[in-house]
Formats: sequence, structure tokens, C-alpha cells
Amino acid sequence: MTQLQARGVVRAYGPTPALRGVTLDLAEGEIVAVTGPSGCGKSTLLHCLAGILRPDAGEVTWRGHRIDTWSEAARSRLRRTEFGVLFQFGQLVAELTAAENVALPLLLAGTGRREARTAAFTWLERFGVAEVADVRPGEMSGGQQQRCATARALVTEPRVLFADEPTGALDTLTGEQVLTQLVRLAREQRTAVVLVTHEPRIAAYADREIVLRDGLVDHTGLGLDVPLAGGAR
Amino acid sequence: MGEVSTPHVLLGLLAGGSRHGYELKRAHDERLPRARPLAFGQVYATLGRLERDGLVATAGQDRVAGPDRTAYALTDQGRDTLDQWLSTVEPPMPYVASTLFAKVVVALLVADVDRARSYLIAQRAAHTARLRELTAVKTDPSATLSDVVAADFAIAHLDADLRWLHATLGRVADWHREVHP
Ligand SMILES: Nc1ncnc2c1ncn2[C@@H]1O[C@H](COP(=O)(O)OP(=O)(O)OP(=O)(O)O)[C@@H](O)[C@H]1O
Ligand SMILES: [Mg+2]
Repeated sequence: MTQLQARGVVRAYGPTPALRGVTLDLAEGEIVAVTGPSGCGKSTLLHCLAGILRPDAGEVTWRGHRIDTWSEAARSRLRRTEFGVLFQFGQLVAELTAAENVALPLLLAGTGRREARTAAFTWLERFGVAEVADVRPGEMSGGQQQRCATARALVTEPRVLFADEPTGALDTLTGEQVLTQLVRLAREQRTAVVLVTHEPRIAAYADREIVLRDGLVDHTGLGLDVPLAGGAR
Repeated sequence: MGEVSTPHVLLGLLAGGSRHGYELKRAHDERLPRARPLAFGQVYATLGRLERDGLVATAGQDRVAGPDRTAYALTDQGRDTLDQWLSTVEPPMPYVASTLFAKVVVALLVADVDRARSYLIAQRAAHTARLRELTAVKTDPSATLSDVVAADFAIAHLDADLRWLHATLGRVADWHREVHP
């Protein structure tokens, strides 16, 4: 079932067009990669879908409700309760420990302190960083910070995770480990993922790929540009 | 990509103690999960040659004789050969020996640039599909570390090919001009 829809989404930054009419559907629990060359509009699309940016024209619909016309407060509430967001550089709160960072989205959603803290530990463990639970971001490695940020993005078991180059700053092995775990857990709890990347090997984690070019959907599919010759694999 | 040296792999699988041919086949397929599975005939033929060269010896036979009833063990000479193989660094890419590469060259020689381009695009699609299959193997919750490590090997090589395919698509017109001045 489709839960998130974009219809003819247009967005410019001043005179620079970033999206020129993008239409797409995201089903429940589906993992979709958004790829394309630098500057094609991937991040802008992710921000529009997540309700962070407002399109200039077109519609974004969440479970039948048009959210692009909602107030900032309403969209922000939606992001807290239904969405998770993850960027290339984790953007953890510098003053909080890893466990406090991961517990934060739960506390904002009204979960009790003790329960939030327990969940935070579980999620830090799932990403192999339980040992930095009481450490602040400034004293963690980049990889540890990104693992914590990934845990924080999934801790509320969101319906959709928006991830913009989530492993872009990590070494190959760490990136693969984080992504493998992210995809396993997302599938387990049926969190849909919009995965922005320019790397084919990262896009290969998705069920489906949407390729943007110059602010438009160039093509979409299983990463297949043309049919395979003679059915050969 | 280099051919796997089956004789050395079999020597390695015998290092822990004697084994029957069918056990060797099973151990091979389990340890190298993404390799082409060994045929029984190949196992026995290889064991035959290793025995002839003195690298393995029969280590007892069940009452009913036959190749599948024979256990083999590593000899001292076999152990030395294995040790030597393990201490030898493989020459990194001594030649660019790839059908993929050769096919693009030949396409450029015998046809126009579109022929080479459509081959590159089709090959990129096939590589991408395989990349996705292997990534699914990895993210399956039941995947063992052996599965993950083997899939990663293939993924890394497919990824390298994909980068080359992509870069070459961008250069194919210039390349054609160089080949047909
Ligand atoms: N804050 C901004 N102000 C002005 N122009 C912007 C801004 N953000 C993006 N753009 C422009 O909008 C277009 C799309 O940018 P976007 O960041 O969405 O691309 P992208 O596909 O995410 O690129 P990359 O792979 O480099 O991250 C580009 O031309 C970019 O220069
Ligand atoms: Mg971007």
C-alpha cells in the first residue's frame, strides 16, 4: 500500500531550479534508493518528502493527507512521530551523551525516562556502540557518531526513514556494516527507507531505484537500464 | 579474475586430518560458498594427481573398495607445498585479462560507437542486477560471516567493473575516434 506520494513536485532555490516536477510513490516498508549525479536534486527531494522543505508547486501526500500545506509545527510533529531522518554527518547533540541522544526522540514523543533509556541502550547495542553510551559526540570517532545517529533515527520505529548519504563519510567496511544492520532492522520492523546515494553498491541495498537527472525522474526500476540479453545472468 | 587452484584448496582442507573425497567436496562448498561447486569427478581426479605427485597418500580404506571409500591424508611433502603456496603473494593483475574489456575493444574495432555503447549499457544493467542479488544475500538475517565475506568479494569486484563501465561510457566516443582515425 502506498503511504507517501509526491505529485509533480517543483522546488527552486532563487533562480536555481532543483526539482522540476517529480512524481513518485513509496509503499509501506519499501526500501527505495534515490540516485543520480551531483546536483540532480536528490537531497532537495528528500527534504520535500520529509516535510522539511516546502515545494513551490506540486503535492506531497502522507497516508492520504496533503502535508505540504501543513504548518511548520504540524510537519515537525509528523517528523517526530512517523519519520526518522539521518544525514551524512550524524548531527548528534553535542551536549548530550550517546544514550541521551538516542533516547531524545522517545522523550520528545512522550515515552518515560526509564523506558527511553533502556530502549536507547538496546539500539546502541544493535549498532555495536554500547560502549560509548555515556560518551559525548566530541569524544567519539566519526564512525561511532554515525552508528549512534543511525540508532537515534530508528529508535522510534518510524514508518519512514529518510537517509541522505548515511554512509558517505564512513570507510567501506564500517559503511557496509552500518547499512547491512540498518536494512535488516528496517525490514524487521517494516520501516520504509528513502536512501539517497550516488554509489551503485549502496543503491543495491534497496528494493527499487529512482534515478534523478536535472530535477526530474530519469528512470526507475530494479537498476536495470535495459533488459538482459537472452535472460543471461 | 584468477582461477582458483583446486589442488591447493584440497591440500588445505586436508591439513586438519584425513578425509574422504565426498567430505572434501562438502567442506569445499561450505567454506567457499560463492565458488562454483566442485564436481565429484574433479575431486577424485585432483586427488589422483596429488597422490601421484606424492602430496597426499591414502589413509585407509573401507571394506568395500572404490574411490569414494578411500580417505586421503596430507604427506610431509604436501604440507610443504601448501605452506609454500600460502607464503607466496599473488601477482596483482599482471594482465588485463577480461572478456568484458576485450568485448568493448572488439566492438569498437568492428562496429560503430553505438554498438560498443549499447553493450556497455547492457553489461552495466546485468552487473547492477547481480550486485543487488549479492547484497540481498548479505542482508538476509540468516547470513553467516562466510556468506557475507564471500558476497563482499564479488560485490567489490562488480563495483570496480561498474565504475569502469560508467567511466568508459563517458569516453567511448573519443576512444572510437582514436581507434579509427
Ligand atoms: N541551499 C541552497 N541554495 C541554493 N541552491 C541550492 C541549495 N541547495 C541546493 N541547491 C541547488 O539545487 C540543485 C539540487 O541540489 P541538491 O542538493 O538537491 O542535489 P543533490 O542531488 O543532493 O547533489 P549531491 O549529490 O551533490 O548532494 C543544485 O543545483 C544545487 O546547486
Ligand atoms: Mg545531496
